Amino acid sequence: MILKNPEKFMGYLFEVAWILPSIAIPVAVITAVVLTAFAVGLRVPDVAGRIEPKAIAVTEPFDEPGLRELAPGKYQAAMIAQVFLFTPNEIEVPAGSEVTFMLTSRDVIHGFKIVGTSVNMMVVPGQISKLTVRFDRPGEYLIVCHEYCGSGHHVMSGKVIVR
Amino acid sequence: MAVIARPRAAARADVADRFATENRVAGLNILVAFLALGLGGLMGVLQVLQYNSIDLYKPIKAILPGGYYQGLTLHGVLNVLVFTTFYIIGFLTFVTARSFDRPLVNPGLAWFTFYFMTAGLLIAAVPILLNQATVMFTFYPPLKASGFFYLGLTIVVVGTYFLLANQVLTLRAWRRDNPGAKIPLAAFMSIVTMTMWVIATFGIAVEMLVLLLPWAFGLAPGTDPLLARTLFWFTGHPIVYFWLLPAYISWYTIVPKLAGGKLFSEPMARVSFLLFLVLSVPIGLHHQYTDPGISQIWKLVHFIFTVGVFFPSLLTFFNVVASLEHAGRSRGGKGWLAWIFALPWNEPAFVTQVFAMMLFAFGGASGVINASYNLNLVVHNTAWISGHFHLTVGSAVALTFMGLTYWLLPYLSGRTLWSRGLGLAQAWLWIIGMILFSHFMHMLGLAGMPRRTMIGSAPYVLPAWEGLLPFTMVGGLLMFASALCFLVNMLMTLTTGKRVEPGPVTFARALSGPEDVPLFLDRLTPWVLSAIVLVAINYGPTLYFLATTGRFNIPGLSPW
Repeated sequence: MILKNPEKFMGYLFEVAWILPSIAIPVAVITAVVLTAFAVGLRVPDVAGRIEPKAIAVTEPFDEPGLRELAPGKYQAAMIAQVFLFTPNEIEVPAGSEVTFMLTSRDVIHGFKIVGTSVNMMVVPGQISKLTVRFDRPGEYLIVCHEYCGSGHHVMSGKVIVR
Repeated sequence: MAVIARPRAAARADVADRFATENRVAGLNILVAFLALGLGGLMGVLQVLQYNSIDLYKPIKAILPGGYYQGLTLHGVLNVLVFTTFYIIGFLTFVTARSFDRPLVNPGLAWFTFYFMTAGLLIAAVPILLNQATVMFTFYPPLKASGFFYLGLTIVVVGTYFLLANQVLTLRAWRRDNPGAKIPLAAFMSIVTMTMWVIATFGIAVEMLVLLLPWAFGLAPGTDPLLARTLFWFTGHPIVYFWLLPAYISWYTIVPKLAGGKLFSEPMARVSFLLFLVLSVPIGLHHQYTDPGISQIWKLVHFIFTVGVFFPSLLTFFNVVASLEHAGRSRGGKGWLAWIFALPWNEPAFVTQVFAMMLFAFGGASGVINASYNLNLVVHNTAWISGHFHLTVGSAVALTFMGLTYWLLPYLSGRTLWSRGLGLAQAWLWIIGMILFSHFMHMLGLAGMPRRTMIGSAPYVLPAWEGLLPFTMVGGLLMFASALCFLVNMLMTLTTGKRVEPGPVTFARALSGPEDVPLFLDRLTPWVLSAIVLVAINYGPTLYFLATTGRFNIPGLSPW
């Protein structure tokens, strides 16, 4: 029916000409992201286990929050979020260190972003958040809570000092 | 002449009477919507001023004891929940009836829908205004608001179901009277929108009824924040399509007519809407890429399906722009792009909606970045997201609804727009203000500034942010000026606008119309079933895992 009408046939050709790139663009986006995720290893947080908020003080690694050297150049930073502070709120590592951040919350949902890095996590009570990053350049990196957590949300911050 | 004119006038009066219920219900819904937008917008101005250390919260402490964060909760709840929902229910009530060219079968139900939703709104409004629900429009537990806040919102959502019921009953009656005919496009799209929405609300319904209401009213000792968050985003992502699709209905069926042309392709428009019906819901995990306790693999699957939704959006982009080009050429426009200048740039209802489309093109692009799995780590919960959100719901949706209202006024109030000049000024102020605001919010986000944060009082403001913040204030003030132009124009129209007999509503005809629509693009059941199956696959394992491992013992806190 469409083929008998030249004007409609032209319209049909235009549609096909648009549909092809409309498929190609999403496919290209998916390919690029999957490549960076699996070939480069840029992943988002995964399941890292649950924790009883009342038992934080007796659950590893949060029983002793802070920095721990696991191997030369490899650290684990255990931090606790609560209204309106991080414990500890400052950690210091040498340049070139690989740091695995492990966080949990005592009360409400908080956010954890280290500005200028790919560390960006939600910190949910009852859950453990975990992400690893390498600090190559020396400097001070700002940590902000980026999820509204109450009237003092805007003062909840910290820093990573890379020597 | 007079002999011919008289029955025609009588016919017009008859049209007005036939749709009296729809007109009044739509008008009241839209009135509530714009009152919400006005108050919510005012809160937005206070925020951009606070960003720049101009604190107007102190002088109004008696009315707004919660200051910035109570104002921000009002801004979010009023603008993205109340304004959108009431406008959409009003507009779709109107469009469904006019497109079928018959009143909704149950006018009492149409009124009941409005009263029910308004009751819910009032119940939720009280705790927000008393600073007992300063939890933002996302109300993530264990932040704990007054139980009446959750109850009121639940009632508003349930109220929207009644419109779908009325639509389906009307569709049945229409089918009986028009055997073998294809559903008129605007009615078809309205029903698809409401169907998608009702499927989407499964998440919020379970969150409210099973988790939040018993907990907030003291019947359950605690809750599971991650399960609640996941159920929230089950509805929270498709809700953006619930806002957007009514704007698309206008872009497909009203804007081509306003532009003086025809819709390019009705089959393509239907494909786009049916794909939204199937793909809108099973992609919500892309809001939770940075959440703990949810598998990377399901996050990746939701990413892939999210990018799939880009496809119907690109179809819409093509179809709508092709319709505009057809209009431009019909008006004598020539050349590759010079036809653009032949479009009716002096018509406020047209200009606002085309500006909305232009801003949405950028909003769509930043949306693809948000949805891109690991790329989201750069922007998640930063000011970038607020920038994106204002281009989408704050422009594609809000600006379209304002323009649509210019077009609706004669039908709803029997009066024409008071000032076309003011309408045009409103459109230009909004696009300029929004370009400034959203551009600099995106920049601030890339520089690491968190969203939903009282930046003017934060101790950690970086030097890189300081030069960018003033532009968000200029943009915000321009948008507020635009909103004032709009509200003044509405007020003057309703009181002193010229009275007119609006006549029947005509939707845009299509170059390739219903005669080219295959039967499977006129059926809903197979698409609804596909949507449900896909949702079950994409959400089932994650929800099952969270529900079975959850301990439901997080007590909650109201730290404001």
